[in-house]
Amino acid sequence: MNTNHITSLHIRSVPVLDQDEALDFYTTHLGFEVRDDIDLGFMRWLTVGVPGQDTSILLELVGAPMHDEATAAQVRELVAKGALGGVFLLSDDVHATYAALRDAGVEITQEPVEQPYGTDFGIRDPFGNHVRINQPATT
Amino acid sequence: MGRPPSAQEDTNRRMLRARDEMDRRYAEPLDVPTLAAIAHLSVSQFGRVFKDVYGETPHRYLQRRRVERAMTLLRQTDRPVTDVAWDVGFASLGTFSRTFSNVVGCSPTEFRAGHTPVAVPSCFIAAWTRPREREAPGGPAGPDRAVVTAAPRTAVSEKREGVVAG
Repeated sequence: MNTNHITSLHIRSVPVLDQDEALDFYTTHLGFEVRDDIDLGFMRWLTVGVPGQDTSILLELVGAPMHDEATAAQVRELVAKGALGGVFLLSDDVHATYAALRDAGVEITQEPVEQPYGTDFGIRDPFGNHVRINQPATT
Repeated sequence: MGRPPSAQEDTNRRMLRARDEMDRRYAEPLDVPTLAAIAHLSVSQFGRVFKDVYGETPHRYLQRRRVERAMTLLRQTDRPVTDVAWDVGFASLGTFSRTFSNVVGCSPTEFRAGHTPVAVPSCFIAAWTRPREREAPGGPAGPDRAVVTAAPRTAVSEKREGVVAG
């Protein structure tokens, strides 16, 4: 039984190395919509999400105010080697999604594969974050 | 445009592209010249830089990648162990069994007997159950993350398992 009143996952951050490039990738290629794009002075609050779905992704620029420069350099290197981040999406036509992303030149890490839970494939965003797109077996 | 990437970021991103290529073609012989070209490095540089970035040689990474895939096939299918070995890129059952036992800590048959199918995205299985290098006795180990001591690598063993070096 839930006794702490939490009702949903609202925002999850993904570390990015360039917010304009991230915005282009997540909106143009993945079809996300912009939820917030606010200059807070100390940071750009940039969230995107799948239309019709509540959960958002914060495209969080690695660096200040979250990180000092030495830490930021380490995090950037981790992002670039694929050690951080991961987004899992659902599609109602995974093969069409795959074809569109492939044709657009997006980095494909794995072609669609039949799995016990459905069919999925993998891509990377421009910075090295892993994005997995799945069509569940039941749809 | 934003901040230009540091030299290390650039290196890491290129090595990630090469490692992704290894993941895509894990069942094929390790093609170092192609991977080096993807990483914009010479063949002689590639192995050293890969180890600098990922902490292990490309060959060892490929071994663990193949074993991880074999672990999935063993628990998700009833294919004979020999077929699983070939499916994931090993040229002989003996090499597969030896490598599997070295990496996982038990034989493929023992592993299959002790693990049932799971319904978790394969990338998570890959990331979280990919066998780690073994540590000294007494080190941490989980059910699918057996930590064992890696066998010494030799040029002969690399050649036997299909390493294509420049």
